[in-house]
Amino acid sequence: MTGPPDLNPAPLTAAGAVPPHAGKRRGLPGRTLLRWAILLPLGAFFLLPLAAMVEFSTREENGRHDFRAWAAIGDTPELISAATTSLSLAGLTVAGMLVLLTPTLVWVRLRLPRLQRLLEFLCLLPLMIPAIVLVIGIAPIYTRVAQLLGDSPLTLAFIDIVLVLPFSYRAIDTGLAAIDLRTLTDAARSLGASGVTVLLRVVVPNIRGGLVGASFLAVALVLGEFTLASLLNFTNLQVEINMLGQTDAELSVAVSLAAILFAFTLLLAISFAGHRTKEGVSDGSP
Amino acid sequence: MAASASPAGPEGAPQRPTHSLRSRLPALTAYLGVLPFLAYVGVFLIYPTLIVVVGSFEDNAGRPSLDNLRVVTQGVYREAFVRTIELSAASAVIGMVLGSLLAWAVSTARPDGVLRRGVNSACGVLAQFGGVTLAFAFIATFGITGLVTQFLRDNLNIDIYSGGVWLYDIPGLIFIYSYFQIPLMVIVFLPALDGLRPQWREAAASLGGTPWHYWRHVAGPILAPSFLGSGLLLFANAFSAYATAAALVSQGNPIVPLEIRAFLTSEVVLGQENVGKALGCTMIVVVTVVMGLYGLLLRRASRWLR
Repeated sequence: MTGPPDLNPAPLTAAGAVPPHAGKRRGLPGRTLLRWAILLPLGAFFLLPLAAMVEFSTREENGRHDFRAWAAIGDTPELISAATTSLSLAGLTVAGMLVLLTPTLVWVRLRLPRLQRLLEFLCLLPLMIPAIVLVIGIAPIYTRVAQLLGDSPLTLAFIDIVLVLPFSYRAIDTGLAAIDLRTLTDAARSLGASGVTVLLRVVVPNIRGGLVGASFLAVALVLGEFTLASLLNFTNLQVEINMLGQTDAELSVAVSLAAILFAFTLLLAISFAGHRTKEGVSDGSP
Repeated sequence: MAASASPAGPEGAPQRPTHSLRSRLPALTAYLGVLPFLAYVGVFLIYPTLIVVVGSFEDNAGRPSLDNLRVVTQGVYREAFVRTIELSAASAVIGMVLGSLLAWAVSTARPDGVLRRGVNSACGVLAQFGGVTLAFAFIATFGITGLVTQFLRDNLNIDIYSGGVWLYDIPGLIFIYSYFQIPLMVIVFLPALDGLRPQWREAAASLGGTPWHYWRHVAGPILAPSFLGSGLLLFANAFSAYATAAALVSQGNPIVPLEIRAFLTSEVVLGQENVGKALGCTMIVVVTVVMGLYGLLLRRASRWLR
């Protein structure tokens, strides 16, 4: 999401990568004018559909407005169960992603640095294979998964983990690159800590920001996932929204807006979490 | 290391194997550490991809064949590819131009300010969280009974659909895709803009250069690789997008992802199962080439911006 950490060679201050010239950018009226000439129309373009969703979801046939569709969100059992599925999937995906990726990335950095390029390649591979293509190849594997684990939509977590890999990899890898992993682990080992202790009590607290960022991104991605769920015939939130669109357009638009606002809140939370850890890292203490 | 062990005399042979095995044991156990990850990625990413790639080179009896690839480069599939490329290119260019302007406007704001944080988070949501919700957002806005459509018709007597309902076709897709392409451009291009050093501008100014000179001879050339690279990323993003189009277009399959949907959801393609795989394989090739170029440009971009 954010750029590579080495872009700014200036020493990290407590506020993170604040460019040193930040205070100098005033007294240029032409520039401020241009800035707003860009921000206002584009802001309008991005806010208009959101405003239209509010209007559309509260619209009634007699031309009046009320919140029937919004109230109906809570009264639609299929929607509640689909949302529960998606939230459970998000939880499973985050847990699986963290357990799979964090120890592997730490291990490769410490013991197999030569595999780092391979690992990066594998993690970024899902960007090169469109989800619509992946679903062709994964369908036969899911018939096998269904035989082993049953037909639960929660088995989608397996593929959701793959889909979030590129984003999670970047977040965690950036976190690991920002700390002196070898010194920290050597120090902990020399004090008698086991591998698991080192991972859970030394490494994880130090890359907390990266892990939190990776997790929130994964949640946002899983809540927005549609392609694989719909084509593998599982019902998640997006599939249910799409089906509702054919029977109750107002309701489906209301849920869409609610989902967007929820994801926005999540990502805004990341930006604050990331801010806090930068101060934590410059502290240097585990 | 292995090479230095082999030329040892024959008399050293008996104890050599145990010794080298012991010295290699830590290395082998080190590889065990990555085994769970490799196994997982192998089952849920590599194997499915191989199914698609191998399948596209086989006929239905499993014999090697190029027929599937021949089919997807002709007729309706060829047209779908052309339309998908046009859609991706158009939305990428719109995203590049408007997204870089927006990124510039944001880059001049305070780095820890509300504007920047809000725009960043909003861009993250809009770039990733597209799909079905995005299609419904545009139906609510520009659909036949949408807010803007009704407003223009009732108050200004303008019918935006006098020339046909374009929202559910390629023009509509270009329009809607720009709603996630512009934010994605902001996300990937903003770091490059932040990498511009104020000293370069000051140096240009102290040599008598105008802002135009600065942008033409300093910032422009430095940003060019990032700009073009971001454009390629946007192209790949639009090319692989599926959910928005799937929720919006229920009839006909104007773009390749929707052609693949037809293969996955209908039974009428009996005897042509592997054509769907060939479509997928071709998509992988296009995206991989584009992303490869993106990687090259990014490496070039990082030369100045570090």
